[in-house]
Amino acid sequence: MSILLLVIIVGVLATLITESMPSIKSLGIGYLWGKVWDPIQNIYGAYPFLIGTLLTSFIALIISVPFSYAIAIYLGEYNPKGWLSDTLKNAVELIAAVPSIIYGFWGIFVLVPLVRTLEMKIGVLPLGVGVFSASLVLAVMIIPYGASLGITLIRMVPSPLKEGAYALGATRFEVIRNVIMPYTRTGLFAGVLLSLGRALGETMAVTMLIGNSSAIASTFKEVLFGPGNTMASVIANEFAEADHTLYLSALIELGLALFLVTVVINLIGKRIITRFTNN
Amino acid sequence: MEPKLGIRNVKSMIFKGVIIFFAFLITVPLIIVLLYIIKQGITQVNWSFLTHVPAPTGEKGGGIANALLGSFIMVMMASVVAVPVGILAGIYLSENPGTKLAYYSGLCVDILQGVPSIVVGIVVYFWVVKPLGGFSAIAGSIALAIMMLPIIIRSTEQTLKLLPDSLKEAALSLGVPYHRVIIKVIIPCGFAGILSGITLSIARIIGETAPLLFTALGNNFLTMKITGPMDSLPHVIFSYATSPYDDWHDLAWGASFILLMFVLTLNIVTKLLTRKWKIQL
Repeated sequence: MSILLLVIIVGVLATLITESMPSIKSLGIGYLWGKVWDPIQNIYGAYPFLIGTLLTSFIALIISVPFSYAIAIYLGEYNPKGWLSDTLKNAVELIAAVPSIIYGFWGIFVLVPLVRTLEMKIGVLPLGVGVFSASLVLAVMIIPYGASLGITLIRMVPSPLKEGAYALGATRFEVIRNVIMPYTRTGLFAGVLLSLGRALGETMAVTMLIGNSSAIASTFKEVLFGPGNTMASVIANEFAEADHTLYLSALIELGLALFLVTVVINLIGKRIITRFTNN
Repeated sequence: MEPKLGIRNVKSMIFKGVIIFFAFLITVPLIIVLLYIIKQGITQVNWSFLTHVPAPTGEKGGGIANALLGSFIMVMMASVVAVPVGILAGIYLSENPGTKLAYYSGLCVDILQGVPSIVVGIVVYFWVVKPLGGFSAIAGSIALAIMMLPIIIRSTEQTLKLLPDSLKEAALSLGVPYHRVIIKVIIPCGFAGILSGITLSIARIIGETAPLLFTALGNNFLTMKITGPMDSLPHVIFSYATSPYDDWHDLAWGASFILLMFVLTLNIVTKLLTRKWKIQL
């Protein structure tokens, strides 16, 4: 049965590569920075989606990191036991449990109108949907991944280290900054990597909120608030209607890229964690 | 000179305040989302909502019976495939931790856990949908089964690793053959943990939409035919939520409410099971 796992992974990789062969052959490496995606003219460039994916993921990551660190420090150090910490921990796990389609649906009807009002105030085209809305929802969705790992890691800090610092007269803040943080830094970074992996591959919520436009925005405000597209969302939207081989295989090549990137990120993250927990 | 103790203490207090503020701020979006779904959804749910198929465009009423049945069938079929495979692979990983095969399969589990669900959808499209010549519930459940596997494997492996070796050694020393030790001692002892992995994986996949888009597609009629397209709760939410009609949105709120209730119940069950076993999933 374990061999079946190897078969699945190798099969996934093989299928993605063979099916994206037509596009790899005819478009070459230039596919990755081709700026135009126009299936009608048979021109394919992945650049808008790469940018869209990176943009939403990193904005989401930047928003989520303070939250997941705060949860990790609070539940790992300040308040590791008791009903309050249990409740908070369950709430964090619940955030991960809510299906992404529900976040997307909620986003369309609640978040998008709010963002639209905000956009009218600052003077951008009030679409509501766009990179900003997608990143906000994405940020909420990935917080639990960094946080739950962080809690475990911070609890693993040996108490003699902390007690030593307290004995020298350090305040709690100083202990956290000078003892706990340096000790767990690599592990917390791994948590960030794992949430990045989640964010890159997240499909449904982003598809429903990002506005699905393959054009490249020029100004800063447009980049942040304008509609975009990520690799996953373009696959979700266009895969079923891709009617010729090159179109289809260009989409699959996006899937292949997504697969490889998330695999690498996840493996690095897991490697760091195993090394950390074994020490 | 070090700053005065008073200032340092104040700094420490402020930091604590900031941490608490951020840590609890995160519950706000969660509560807002949950309450909104419940508020919008609960008024939609009644008996006819659960037992009728969607009404044609423009007509009032209709329900999500097709999606409920579809989700149920596909999750069942996915579990039938993924549960035995997952448990067996989990046993293998916990029983043979040092071997090369275990190392590489462990790696594969990690990879599989991180694979974006949309990629699973694409791959299953080429594995099943294309050879069979059309969208089908079978394809959907295979995609879901692939997503279930890593969760079941990891939880089985971790539960079994927690069991004391003396249990197994005692049984072996009585002359019980190895395979009977596994069936009669190891699995019953770790049963709650394994079960919690199964409920958790079902909770995960019941809300998965992306892998179903190109595999099971959707179907407006009540169907039990597993070789044809079949609807599912998340897919119904997706197609109705992105539609322009208000009564379809209402259906989608109702479906979201039902889906949320399923997910919450399954998570609570998992919680109760893991509390007994103190395993980390």
